[in-house]
Amino acid sequence: MSKYLVNLKVNNIPVTVEEGTTILDAARKLNFHIPTLCYHEDLTVAGNCRVCLVEVAGSRSLAASCATPVSEGMEVLTNSKNVRSARKNVVELLLSEHNADCTKCFKNGHCELQTLSSEYQIGQHLFIDLVKTKDKIVDISSPSIAKDDSKCIRCQRCVRTCSELQAVGALAVINKGDHQRISTFLNKPLSEVVCTNCGQCINRCPTGALTERSYIEEVWDAINDPSKHVVVETAPAVRVALGEDLGFEAGERVTGKMVAALRHLGFDSILDTDFTADLTILEEGTELLTRLKKALVDKDEKVSLPMFTSCSPGWIKFIEHMFPEYLPNLSTCKSPQQMFGALAKTYYAQKKNINPKNMVCVSIMPCTAKKFEAGRPELRDSGYQDVDYVLTTRELAMMIKQAGIDFMKLEDMEYDSIMGESTGAAVIFGASGGVMEAALRTAYEIISGRDVPFTNLNIVPVRGMEGVKEAKVMLKDVKPEWGFLEGVEVSIAIAHGLANAKKVVESIKNGTANYHFVEIMGCPGGCIGGGGQPIPTSPEIRQKRADAIYAEDEGLPLRKSHENPEVQYLYKEFLGEPLGHRSHDLLHTHYKPRKRY
Amino acid sequence: MSSTETLVKDLVSKYGKSRNSLMPVLQGIVQEERYLSEEAMIFIAKELDLSAADVYGTASFYTFLDTVPRGKNIIRVCKTISCHMTGKDLIIETLEDILKVKVGQTTHDKNFTLLTANCLGWCHKGPVMLINDEVYPELTPSRTTEIVEEYMKNATH
Ligand code: SF4
Ligand code: SF4
Ligand code: SF4
Ligand code: FES
Repeated sequence: MSKYLVNLKVNNIPVTVEEGTTILDAARKLNFHIPTLCYHEDLTVAGNCRVCLVEVAGSRSLAASCATPVSEGMEVLTNSKNVRSARKNVVELLLSEHNADCTKCFKNGHCELQTLSSEYQIGQHLFIDLVKTKDKIVDISSPSIAKDDSKCIRCQRCVRTCSELQAVGALAVINKGDHQRISTFLNKPLSEVVCTNCGQCINRCPTGALTERSYIEEVWDAINDPSKHVVVETAPAVRVALGEDLGFEAGERVTGKMVAALRHLGFDSILDTDFTADLTILEEGTELLTRLKKALVDKDEKVSLPMFTSCSPGWIKFIEHMFPEYLPNLSTCKSPQQMFGALAKTYYAQKKNINPKNMVCVSIMPCTAKKFEAGRPELRDSGYQDVDYVLTTRELAMMIKQAGIDFMKLEDMEYDSIMGESTGAAVIFGASGGVMEAALRTAYEIISGRDVPFTNLNIVPVRGMEGVKEAKVMLKDVKPEWGFLEGVEVSIAIAHGLANAKKVVESIKNGTANYHFVEIMGCPGGCIGGGGQPIPTSPEIRQKRADAIYAEDEGLPLRKSHENPEVQYLYKEFLGEPLGHRSHDLLHTHYKPRKRY
Repeated sequence: MSSTETLVKDLVSKYGKSRNSLMPVLQGIVQEERYLSEEAMIFIAKELDLSAADVYGTASFYTFLDTVPRGKNIIRVCKTISCHMTGKDLIIETLEDILKVKVGQTTHDKNFTLLTANCLGWCHKGPVMLINDEVYPELTPSRTTEIVEEYMKNATH
C-alpha cells in the first residue's frame, strides 16, 4: 500500500515525506540536526527528555520532534530563539540533578549529555543544584555491567532496550517523581537478577550511568609484569568494528592493524578466537550428528532436539533463567572464548614450554557477557581460571589510545602460531547466521563429500538482519556411513537478539515449530552488534559491520573449518578426535537453572 | 501450591493474562494479603509473562500497592496542606501515642500500620484519615482515639 505524502517546511525549506514521519526524521532529511537523548533508532519512542523540542507555527507550546508526526502545511523551526532557550533549560535541568564529574567518568569524551552541554555552553547554573549523589547507588555487583544512578537522566533507553530488544526486563522504572530511578526487581543487585550481562543497555545509554566493568588496569599490570606470559585472543567481530573507535568509518576491516597494535601494546602471544571458532564447528557439528543419529537410528527418545548453539553467554544466562527446561538442548560445547582459554593453558602452554601458572589469558570481545562467562566456576578446566580478563572492543581502543599508537597508520601484521590460524567460516561467527553457515559448510561436506549446494559457499538464506530466519537443507546422495541421513530434510532456525530468541523457544515449546538445529545469538545482528562494540549502534552501522565480516570471509583462502591446518594439527597432536576424551574434559560443559526475576 | 500462588492463579483466571490485568491482580493481592510479597510478584510476573522488575516497578508507582508487609489495618493520615493547617500533626501524635509506633511502622501485634498519605480529596473536612477503605473526616484527638479503640476491640474478638 502506497503511503500518503505530506508537504511541510522545516526552517523555511520545503520537504515532502511519507505520512507518519516524525518531525525529527523530516528535519534529518534536510540535514538539520536536532539533538535527542531519549530517542534511539532501535527503540520505540518515549518522548520523555524534551531535548528535541521544536517550534511549530500556530502551536501554543513547543513540540517534541521525535514524538510528533508531520502534518500537511506544517511549518517547523528547529533553531528559533524559543527553541534554543527551551533546549538550554532542559539541559540545565538535567544537569542540576546530574553528578557531572566528567573527568572521572568512563564516558568522558563519548557522552551524549556532555556533548550537548558543551554545544550549548552550559556554564552558569540557573537552577538549584539538586545533585544528591549520596542517595544514589552505584552497582558493581556484576562482573560485566557497572550502573551508576548519579549519572542517570532517566531517559529509559536502557529499560526499552532490555524489554523490547532483549525480552529480559531486568531494568524497570521504579517509584515516581523525584524518587524515580531505574532499578531492578526489589532493587536487588544486578548480579542477583535476570540480567544476562548482554550490555545492550550500555550500547544505548547516552551517559555514563551504564558502562562495562573495565579491566584495563589489570591487563596493563599483567603486561608490565615480566614474570607473566600474556596471551591475547581476539573475537571475530572485533576486527570489523574496532576501527570505528580509532578514526575509521563503520565497516572498515582492521584485522592486520589490530594485530600490530596488540604487539605494540606488549602482549606476548597474539592469537585468534577464530581458531577455536573453527574448533567449535568440528565439536558442535559432531555433537549434532551424534544427536541426530541417536534420534533417527537408535530411536532414543531422550535425546534433546533441536540442538541450540552455545557460543553466546548472554543467551546462555537467558535460557538458565527463562527456559531452564531447555538446558539439555544446549550444545555442550563451550564458547570459542572458553575453548581458547582451556587450550591456551594446556596445549599451548605445553607446546611453548610455558608454565600455565604464569600465563595470563586476555580476550578481546565484542561482548560484555563474556566478562561474566570468564568468571563462571564451570569454566576452569585447565586447572586455572581459563580466561583471566575480558576486554571489550571499546576498552582495547582505549588502551591503544593510551599507548599513543597511531592506529590508522599501522602496518598490518600476522597472528602468531599455533592457535592463530583460522578460516572464513570462523570469521562469520561474528554475524547472525554465521555459526549456522559455518556448521553447514562442514557438516554437509562430511556427510556427502561435496560442497554445500550454494554458489561460492555463500549460504545466503541464513544471512541478513531478519529477527528469525528459517531454512531447510535436503540431504541427498550421502556417504554410506551416513546412510541414516539420506533423504532427511534438516530444518534450521536462526535468531539474534533475545526477544527473537524467546519467540523461537516459545514456538518450539508450543509445538508450532520443529527444528533440528537452532543458532541463537544474544545481541541484535549477532556479535557485530555486541554489547562491547563501539557506540553508537544502529541498523545501518550493524549492516556495515556484517558486510565487512562476509567480505573478510570471501577474502580468505580457507573457508571451511575442517580445513584449518592448525585445528587438524591440534586433533592429531593433542585432542584425538571431536567429542573425544580430552575434548570432553576441556571443551564441553553444562549449565544450571537460575531464578526467573 | 502456596496460598499466594493459588490466589495469583485465581485472580489471573478471573482477569485474564493480558497486561491490562496487572492492576486488578495487584489490587486483589493487596486486598487479601495487605501487601505484595516477593513471592507474589514473582508468581504474577510468571503468570502474566512480564518481568518481575516490571511488576515491581508498577507497584512502586502506587502508594496503595505496598511491597513491604503491613498490619491488618492500615491507617493513612492526610499530610497535605489543608489537613496540615487544620491540625494533622496533633492527629498523628495522638495515633503514635495510642499505637506506640512512629509513622511508617507496624504495631507488634501486626494489627496496625501507621502511614501518611498525599491529598485524600477531603480538604474541606480536614484533618482526615483513612483506615483501610473507610474515611474519617473532621478529626479531633479524642475522636481519633475513639475510632482506633473501636478497631482494637474488633481485633480482640
Ligand atoms: S555521564 Fe557524561 S556528563 Fe555525566 S559525568 Fe559522565 S561524561 Fe560527564
Ligand atoms: S541508565 Fe542510561 S539509558 Fe538508562 S535511563 Fe539512565 S541515562 Fe537513560
Ligand atoms: S545487560 Fe542486557 S539483560 Fe542486563 S540490564 Fe542490560 S540490556 Fe538488560
Ligand atoms: S529525544 Fe525527543 S523527547 Fe527525548
